[in-house]
Amino acid sequence: MNVTLTVNGETRSAEVPPETTLLVFLREYLNLTGAKTGCDIGDCGACTVILDGKAVNACLMLAAQADGRDVITIEGLATREGLHPLQKVFEETGALQCGFCGPGVILSAKALLDENPAPSKQEIRNALAGNLCRCTGYVKMIDGIQEVAETMRSVPTPALPAASKGEQKHG
Amino acid sequence: MKFEHPAGLNPIDRLTVVGRPVDRIDGPLKTTGTALYAHERHDVAPNQAYGVVVGAAIARGRVETIDVRAARAAPGVLAVVTTLDVPRLGRGRMNYAYLFGGAEIQHYHQAIAVVVAETFEQARAAAALIRADYTPEQGRFDLAAEAGHAPLHGDGDEPVHRVGDFETAFAAAPVTLDRTYTTPDQSHVMIEPHATVAVWDGDRLTLWTSNQMIAWSKKAVADILGMPAEKVRVVSPYVGGGFGGKLFVRADAVLAALGAKAAGRPVRVALTRPLVINNTTHRPATIQRIRIGAERDGRITAIAHESTSGNLPDGSPETAVAQTKLLYAGAARMIAMRLARLDLPEGNAMRAPGEAPGMMALEIAIDEMAEALGLDPVEFRIRNDTQVDPAHPGRPFSYRDLVGCLRLGAERFGWSARDPKPASVRDGRWLIGLGVAAGFRNNLLTKSSARVELDRHGVVTVSTDMTDIGTGSYTIIAQTAAEMLGVGLEKVVVRLGDSDFPASAGSGGQWGANNATAGVYAACVRLRDAVARKLGLNATDIDFADGEVMSGDRRVPLGEAAGEGLSAEDGIEYGSLAKDYQQSTFAGHFVEVAVDAHTGETRLRRMLAVCSAGRILNPKSARSQVIGAMTMGAGAALMEKLSVDTRRGFFVNHDLAGYEVPVHADIPHQEVIFLDEADPISSPMKAKGVGELGLCGVGAAIANAIYNATGVRVRDYPITLDTYLDRLPRPA
Repeated sequence: MNVTLTVNGETRSAEVPPETTLLVFLREYLNLTGAKTGCDIGDCGACTVILDGKAVNACLMLAAQADGRDVITIEGLATREGLHPLQKVFEETGALQCGFCGPGVILSAKALLDENPAPSKQEIRNALAGNLCRCTGYVKMIDGIQEVAETMRSVPTPALPAASKGEQKHG
Repeated sequence: MKFEHPAGLNPIDRLTVVGRPVDRIDGPLKTTGTALYAHERHDVAPNQAYGVVVGAAIARGRVETIDVRAARAAPGVLAVVTTLDVPRLGRGRMNYAYLFGGAEIQHYHQAIAVVVAETFEQARAAAALIRADYTPEQGRFDLAAEAGHAPLHGDGDEPVHRVGDFETAFAAAPVTLDRTYTTPDQSHVMIEPHATVAVWDGDRLTLWTSNQMIAWSKKAVADILGMPAEKVRVVSPYVGGGFGGKLFVRADAVLAALGAKAAGRPVRVALTRPLVINNTTHRPATIQRIRIGAERDGRITAIAHESTSGNLPDGSPETAVAQTKLLYAGAARMIAMRLARLDLPEGNAMRAPGEAPGMMALEIAIDEMAEALGLDPVEFRIRNDTQVDPAHPGRPFSYRDLVGCLRLGAERFGWSARDPKPASVRDGRWLIGLGVAAGFRNNLLTKSSARVELDRHGVVTVSTDMTDIGTGSYTIIAQTAAEMLGVGLEKVVVRLGDSDFPASAGSGGQWGANNATAGVYAACVRLRDAVARKLGLNATDIDFADGEVMSGDRRVPLGEAAGEGLSAEDGIEYGSLAKDYQQSTFAGHFVEVAVDAHTGETRLRRMLAVCSAGRILNPKSARSQVIGAMTMGAGAALMEKLSVDTRRGFFVNHDLAGYEVPVHADIPHQEVIFLDEADPISSPMKAKGVGELGLCGVGAAIANAIYNATGVRVRDYPITLDTYLDRLPRPA
């Protein structure tokens, strides 16, 4: 069957068997391998992408269910101007080590900040509850996300082109 | 380079790049999702097919027939290879379970077939059509039931390690403790499952895989497949976590190779999470008896640590007694291990094998002993510090500041505010407790090589088969080369994880950082000599700084000195310093917990680790290592346990919903302090490992904090609330 969706602002489509998950669609058909396969049953969050503004586990969703919808993957976060502030802060604080959980964590955090620009530590922890990390633990991520939230609030204009684009589409 | 004498002053001591908290150089690739892990190597070969592994449905016995007709006829299927199609294959030197071949089943989910198809879904659907008939045999799966008759298993030559006369000293001691502690089977839970892309080119095999030890694994692949090692290439530049679970090649690598051969195509195989848990390795459970005798002043006079664990035939024990030989003073000592035969999946290394579960037990025992003596547990540990190997008093520690870790930790953590009387501090509904434990893990030395090239632009390229499993190897190797050759990090390229590169120490046993950078140091020394020779300078009085070679008034840009390019290869090898000195790393772990007085729910509030681990090559990545290890220690203390089905012989909770690891909401404030030190006896880098140290002792610090909070002593891990709820003090 044909699946057509908007990925990182571009229309992408492929012929896939109906049992294809969104995760396999992204990784195998579009070669967007930033979303990872960690458990394939929704436990680890390594496959997290943003679908119409919400963080979802791409392994738990069929590609067909995403047909016609808007997906942001980690590959779509950086812009010509540079890395997204979350990417930058994860790099600078050493919040990632092996990096396998990172794309999912960063996208969960982005979905949170898009919805709630001033989350408390507890709100961040809850929003990231579905993202397991085994290397670095979590304190650096939480601190980094809070730092980004503060910076983004103090910089009013479009520090976040990807986010504003996303909002236009499904707003 | 042979390292035979303690390091003197060398270029690393400038610490212009080494020792600085620089960002990981692989950071941008990882935050943008462009670092390529094994399962996404679309780039290495076109036309990749997908393999799915089928695991055995029994734990012990024989597979008699495997009906693959339906699978072969299923849509998209290219090949099916079963374990009955090939004789039993070889196995890696450090493994006990066979990965494939032959009819014998040694453990549940041992691989019996691989199905290769055009798509992953087709391979998975066809795999479900395979029917196997087994003749099961009764296996042994219950460690507690086997422990009573498990034979002694010596460590080296002696079945039991003895110093002095333990029994007499223990009987004479005025204060004694005799307790048994248990730790469960645990799973590594690296977030990336084992995965491999296999490509044959004639009789040459390349595996793009996820692996910690490239040289070991190249040899293991050759042994398993019965082919010459020089025909095997193993590549693993990015690894999504390992923790010991990827020290060895596993079924994904072997079956990708066999599947690719059968299909005549490149084949990609990933293990599913259940297969990661039952098909690969795990940390074996332990039953540990600890006896301590002390004088009333707190001096330990007798200490015994006996541990029983299980494994497959040919397997080795979990060396949970190792640290007890070295951590505390005490004239009379007895250390022993017993190994039960079990038919569970293979027990093998997981982060800090031995010390991790050993410290979980020993450091509760020390807490109990301190209480029996009426001593503060920090003070009791300090009183029993030793600066020499207790079994060989002429053999000092190369550097040991456990006392400093404990003192500074106590000060920073506010230890003096702790009420030694358990269950006496309340914060609303919460019972509050503080706990401490020592951390201890040995520093292992192993040879490691690298090649360093300098081009005419002054760019330095380091190549070594060292892996970066998240630990920061790329970055600290770049820092080492930059320091040695006087260039900025932007002038250094690091290439890792390829068996075509010089063999390194690899990543394991927290030995990677010190040994791999020491190997790069050695190669850089040789390159400096080559530069000097080329310029006709005396290698002993030249300096490398700011991208230039300097000698007296002469300054030559490095690129110019390189001409058409210079290359040097060397490695570090060690003399007798590891024999002459005991080399270890130390920590003080401090934890505050809150236990709900009504429900028994335990919440961590604060964690602090103070580490004495030689020179810290990069405080940022080292801190990440320790914080991650503390988090794993929290899991070990409070939730992690593979539950054994003792009738059918497998780990039941074989997914990440059933095997719980800490999540964001479990982890509160964590801090790490590194004591400012350098250990010139460890290597020219004067560094030691930190990645496993951060785990060792954490679990006991949490257990001790729970005791301080509640007055309930739990000696069986994990400390879930059902183990103590009925013993909680009645809420006031």
